[in-house]
Amino acid sequence: MRFFSQYISYFQAAPLALIILLFLLFPVLTILVVSFWDYDSYRLIPDFITENYEFLLTSPVTYSAYLKTLFYAIATLVITLLIGFTVAYYIAFYIRNSFVQSLLFIACTVPFLTSNIIRMISWIPLLGRNGLVNSALLETHIIDEPIEWLLYSDFSVILAFVHLYTLFVVVPVFNSMMRIDRNLVEAAIDSGASAMQTITHVILPLCKSGLAIGSIFVMTLVMGDFITVTMMSGGLSASVGVLIRNEISLLQYPAAAANAIVLLGTVLIMLSVMFRFINIKKEL
Amino acid sequence: MKDDVKNPSEATLSETVSAPAENKGMSRRTFIKAAGALSGAAVGSGAITGFPMIWAQNIKNITLRQFGTGVSNLNAIAQKAKEDLGINLELTALDSDAVAQRTVTQPRSFDIADIEYWICKKVFPAGTMQAMDTHRLKNFDKIAPLFINGKLTPDSEIAQGTAPHTVGFVESASSTQFADSPTRWMTLVPTIYNADTLGIRPDLINRPITHWRDIMDPEFRGKTSILNIPAIGIMDAAMICESMGEITYADKGNMTRAEIDKTIEILKEAKSQGQFRAFWKSFDESVNLMSSGEVVIQSMWSPAVAAVRSKGIECRYQPLEEGYRSWGGGIGLAKHLSGIELDAAYEYIDWYLSGWVGAYLNRQGYYSAAPSTSKQFMTADEWNYWIEGKPAQGDILSPEGKVMEKAGAVRDGGSYWERMSSVACWNSVMDENKYMLRKWNEFIAS
Repeated sequence: MRFFSQYISYFQAAPLALIILLFLLFPVLTILVVSFWDYDSYRLIPDFITENYEFLLTSPVTYSAYLKTLFYAIATLVITLLIGFTVAYYIAFYIRNSFVQSLLFIACTVPFLTSNIIRMISWIPLLGRNGLVNSALLETHIIDEPIEWLLYSDFSVILAFVHLYTLFVVVPVFNSMMRIDRNLVEAAIDSGASAMQTITHVILPLCKSGLAIGSIFVMTLVMGDFITVTMMSGGLSASVGVLIRNEISLLQYPAAAANAIVLLGTVLIMLSVMFRFINIKKEL
Repeated sequence: MKDDVKNPSEATLSETVSAPAENKGMSRRTFIKAAGALSGAAVGSGAITGFPMIWAQNIKNITLRQFGTGVSNLNAIAQKAKEDLGINLELTALDSDAVAQRTVTQPRSFDIADIEYWICKKVFPAGTMQAMDTHRLKNFDKIAPLFINGKLTPDSEIAQGTAPHTVGFVESASSTQFADSPTRWMTLVPTIYNADTLGIRPDLINRPITHWRDIMDPEFRGKTSILNIPAIGIMDAAMICESMGEITYADKGNMTRAEIDKTIEILKEAKSQGQFRAFWKSFDESVNLMSSGEVVIQSMWSPAVAAVRSKGIECRYQPLEEGYRSWGGGIGLAKHLSGIELDAAYEYIDWYLSGWVGAYLNRQGYYSAAPSTSKQFMTADEWNYWIEGKPAQGDILSPEGKVMEKAGAVRDGGSYWERMSSVACWNSVMDENKYMLRKWNEFIAS
C-alpha cells in the first residue's frame, strides 16, 4: 500500500506519457533515424550517411526557402496580431452585453467551419487577372491595366495566411482580455490615463499570455505550411514545407526527413526564444 | 494546419470520375467506388452473347483493385468490365508521384497497377510487380508495334527518352532486368498513350505559334505556365531550350549534369524576368489557368484542352515544328497475385485490349494500344476524325454523348500517324534523376 501511494503520481501520469511516447516521440525518432539513410529513385537504403544534411545545409535553396518562410511567418504574425488584438479588444471592451459578445465571438468562428482549402481557393477568382477585384477597378476606371500582383504573389500568400489564421490570435487574446479585472481599467482612467495609455500600460501587458499563445499557433502553422504557399503563389515560390512535400512526393524520404528535423529544430528554437520573453505558465 | 487539409481519399467520396472534360481527379485522390454502385447488376451469360469473345466464367465476382493516374481510371471501364467479365474493379486515382510511391511502398494495396512507362522504369526494379506471360494474352499480337519494337512504321526513327518498348519486357518471369528486345515476359501491357504539346488561347494570341520557344517570347511575359512535375517539366523545358537554339541535347530523356545545369539556368532567368504566371501540378489547375485567361500559352494535356473548349473557350492543342513530347501508360500485375485472381487479372488485361476500352479512350483524344480492335467499336466518322485526322462529317460526341466538336472540325495535329511519327521524346526518368530533382527544386525556390 505504501509502495502504491508513493508511486501513485507516476501511475497517474503514465497514460499521457505513453501516448506522447507512442505518437510523438516514437515518430520523431523514426524520422531522425531515416534522415541518415541513403536512397535512390525508388528505395530507402538503411545506412548512416550525413549527405542528406550536408546537402541541405550547404544548398542555397534551403536558405532562400527559409528566408521566404520566415518572411511569410513574420509578416503574417504582425498582421494577425494587429487584427486579432483589435477584434478581441472590440468584442471584450466595447460590447457591454454579454449575449452580443458571445454572438460576435461565434460569428468570428463561422468561416472556420468550412475547409481551409475552400477558404483559400475562393480568393483565386477574386484576385485573378480577370477576377472580381480587377474587373471592378477596371470598370470604374481607377486602373487601366489589371493589377498583376494580386494573385500568384507574396501578397496573395500572406493574404490567405492572414485570412486563415487570424482566429487563432483572436481566441486566446479575447480569453485573456475577459480575465482582466475591469476595476484596473477604471483605475487607469480615473488616474487620468488616455484610452491609448490604458491599452499600452494596462491591457497589453495583461494580454501577453494570449498574444504569446496566438503567436505560437500562427508561427508554427505558417512555418509548416505547404498547401497555402503552393496554391496562392501558383507554385512560384517555395517555403520549407513545399520543399519537404516535393521530396516526399518524389520518394526522397531521407532527404525529407532531414529537412523536417532541421525545420523542427528551427521552430523549437524560435519557440524557446518566445518563451524567454513570456512565461506562459505564470501568466495563466 | 496540414491536418486540416482533407485528403479526399480518406473521406469516402462517392464521386464518379466519368468524363475527361469533367475529370478533375487527375491529381486529386479520388476514391471511386465503382463496385458498390454496381452491386445490383445481375450479370448472366446472356449479357455476354454478341460479344466477339467468350470470357471465362469462373472469375465472376472476383475483385481486383486497380490504381493509377486519373487518365485511364474511368468508372465506365469498371462498369463495362463488370458487365462483360463479371469482375469487380475497384479504381483509385492518384497523381503520378503518388502512383510511383504506392507501387513501391505498399505492394499489397493493389492488384493491378496502371502506370506510365517512365514510372515503370523507376518502380519495376523494386520487385513489387510481376512480369506477364504474353502467351496467355490472346490479343498480344494486336498491340501496336510502337510498344513492341518502338517503331510506328518499319522505317520510323525511335524518339529520345524512355520509349515504352525499352522498358516493356524483362528477361524472364522472375527478372527485374529490362530486356533489349521483345521477350515472352512483359512488364506492362500498354493501354493508353498520346503526344503532348503546348496549349494556346488563339483568341488572346494574335500571331501564329509554331515553335516550343514561343512560350519564352517577351510578348507573353507573365502569361505563360509550365508544369511542375519535375520529370515531365524538365522535358518540356528541354524542348523549349533546344528550340531556342541554346542547347542541343544528346538525349533529352537522359541529360548530363551540364545539360541539366544549363537548362535550369535558362528557366531561372525566365522566372526572374516574370515570364511565368504560375506553375501547375494537376490537370484541373491547368484548365483553370487557361480558362480564366491567367495564361495564354502553357504546357498542357490533351483532355485539359478539351475541358477548356467544352466551357466554350477557344483553346488549341498547337502542333509545333520540333515535334511532340509523348507518354504512354500500361497496366501491370502486382507481385502477390496468384491463383484465380491472377487468372482474372489476365482475363481483364486481355479484355482491355479487345477493343471496347480502346474505342472509349480514342474518343477522349488518347490513343489505344491495340488500334485494330478498337476500330470495330467506333463509327467510321469517329475513326476518321480521331485517328485518320479527317474532317468530322457529323458532330463528334464524347463517350458520354456530349458534343465535343461540330461537324467539319479537324483534330489538332492531324492523324495518328502524323502525330505519333513526330514524337521528339518520351517522358522518362534520367540517370541523373536525383541531381535533376535538386536543380528543379532550386528553380522552383528561386
